[in-house]
Amino acid sequence: MSTLLEVKDLRTRFHTPEGIVYAVNGISFYVAEGETLAVVGESGCGKSVSMLSVLQLIPVPPGEIAGGVALFRGQDLLKKSEREMEAIRGQEIAMIFQDPMTSLNPVLTIGRQITESLRIHMGMDQNAAEARTVELLEMVGISDPSHRLGDYPHQFSGGMRQRVMIAIALACNPSLLIADEPTTALDVTIQAQIVELVTKIRNQVHMAVIWITHDLGVVAGIADRVIVMYAGFIVEEASVNALYENPRHPYTSALLGALPRMDRRRDRRLKSIPGAPPSLLVEPHGCPFTARCEFTIERCKTENPPLTPVGQNHHNIACWVDIKTGAPR
Amino acid sequence: MESTTSQIASLSPDDLETPPLNLSQLAWQRFRRHRPAIIGLVVLTLLVLYALAGSLFFSEKYANFNDTSLRLQAPSAEHPFGTDSIGRDVLARTIYGGQISLLIGLTAVVVETFLGILVGALAGYYGGLVDSILMRITEAMLNIPEIFLLIVMAKYFGGKIPELDVFGRTFSGSVVVIVLIIGVTSWMYLARIVRAQFLSLKENEFVLAARATGTRNIEIIFRHILPNSVAPIVVSATLGVANAILAEAYISFLGLGVQPPTATWGNMLDGANNYLESAPWLWFFPGLLILLTVLSINFLGDGLRDALDPRGRTV
Repeated sequence: MSTLLEVKDLRTRFHTPEGIVYAVNGISFYVAEGETLAVVGESGCGKSVSMLSVLQLIPVPPGEIAGGVALFRGQDLLKKSEREMEAIRGQEIAMIFQDPMTSLNPVLTIGRQITESLRIHMGMDQNAAEARTVELLEMVGISDPSHRLGDYPHQFSGGMRQRVMIAIALACNPSLLIADEPTTALDVTIQAQIVELVTKIRNQVHMAVIWITHDLGVVAGIADRVIVMYAGFIVEEASVNALYENPRHPYTSALLGALPRMDRRRDRRLKSIPGAPPSLLVEPHGCPFTARCEFTIERCKTENPPLTPVGQNHHNIACWVDIKTGAPR
Repeated sequence: MESTTSQIASLSPDDLETPPLNLSQLAWQRFRRHRPAIIGLVVLTLLVLYALAGSLFFSEKYANFNDTSLRLQAPSAEHPFGTDSIGRDVLARTIYGGQISLLIGLTAVVVETFLGILVGALAGYYGGLVDSILMRITEAMLNIPEIFLLIVMAKYFGGKIPELDVFGRTFSGSVVVIVLIIGVTSWMYLARIVRAQFLSLKENEFVLAARATGTRNIEIIFRHILPNSVAPIVVSATLGVANAILAEAYISFLGLGVQPPTATWGNMLDGANNYLESAPWLWFFPGLLILLTVLSINFLGDGLRDALDPRGRTV
């Protein structure tokens, strides 16, 4: 599999009245063609911001992409002009968002919103675009699509709106779909349907997916590989099996410990991670997880560990300690 | 029996389903319940009919025909609204004056709305430096009293545009000047409304979603965000019509507006100001028509405000 998107040392900051927010601090990752990469981490750890940065969708100012490259098929997206990015967004890389209630325009019909990107990117006329739209709505499981083109978003339920969002994203056959917590606002049964739908379509059209979530249950069902983010850093990168069976970073291990599981005794309380994530207003020194970590050694407080390989298959972690022994690595 | 089942079976989803109400239908249902607005709409329609259909009964020539021997006659069977200081028929003049006044009201609002949306949308969407520059200009314009701006501009530009022929009628060039002047001096409030709308609407996720689909900024501004702020714009534009008619009346009353013989309700009032007590019919009829028009437009605007408010979801 060849690499589709390769991000190196991406840094994003926001200049706010309170000071500089260090949202993304030099992350590197890649996605291969047709592969599904899950990005997990708690709220505010930089998952969404890093993906929005890649598409140049963060507001500048106050945002600033302070460094790094994002090579998409060998071309650096961060160096492209707004006009060049417009041609890539929606066509090569599509994105779906967390809240289907707000990400559709309430005063435009569903048909208008889907045909729009077809007309922009594929240069289709109204009839061709409408035919394709009906096809897309059918594909995402909207029944009787030709009668629903003239409907407004408020006539759709949450799950159906997310299906419409997916149809918009898929309109131009993108090679990469970035899904920013697409199931968070939906209830569990609808979540399962959406996950299944994206998986099915991904296999049909051989599309790579970056799935941002904080739901580790969803990750297990959909992803090939996972990156775990904390305070704007990637702390662990592994194949999905390696991550669940053999987490090597204290944060990942703590996250999995906080997850309810069917095969665990139910009379015990779930373990929570003490403390709160560090303030992103301070330029980080040392490992950002130190304050909440049970394995902290002296070195953690002064030096931030780089992402280094452990074991095979691109299993990388950023930690000075081997959590199995508690000894420095 | 058999025929009923086959009938049911042949019904397509189109036949079974009552089509859902779209946004304008919902708005109309709410508007219908607003009694003053309906009255306003009816009165306004009658006034427009009065101004348009009246010209079938009187020619413009008749409206401008003067016979000083008939000057200042009180209302009578022959001249139901009386005659003015040079013997012209007031009824015919209110009809032709009405056409000009309503025309000025509507076209001045088109100019106003165009400028207001342009300035407000660009300032609100782009923010930063663009916003600062456009809003300082807006505030500067707001700080000068509008009536003063109107008078200075009317004085400066008045009479510079030759007469125009539109649809076989001759308009004094001053009509165009007045329309532009009123438009140019009244867009500021609308610009502020539109800017405020854009500031909040552009933070919506659907704007981010549109950008993520590769939609160009100009399309996002005019095709995604603008339709969402149509309610306050329509309301403001409606009220703008009333203001424009009043503004025309001010400057015409001061003798700087549309020049006679072209009649407007405003310059008819100007002609009346020496005869306030001796010939009250001179100011009563054009004054009443202005009052009715402005009042009914304001009621209409009120009704539209309630009908188009997206928070009022109840039908």
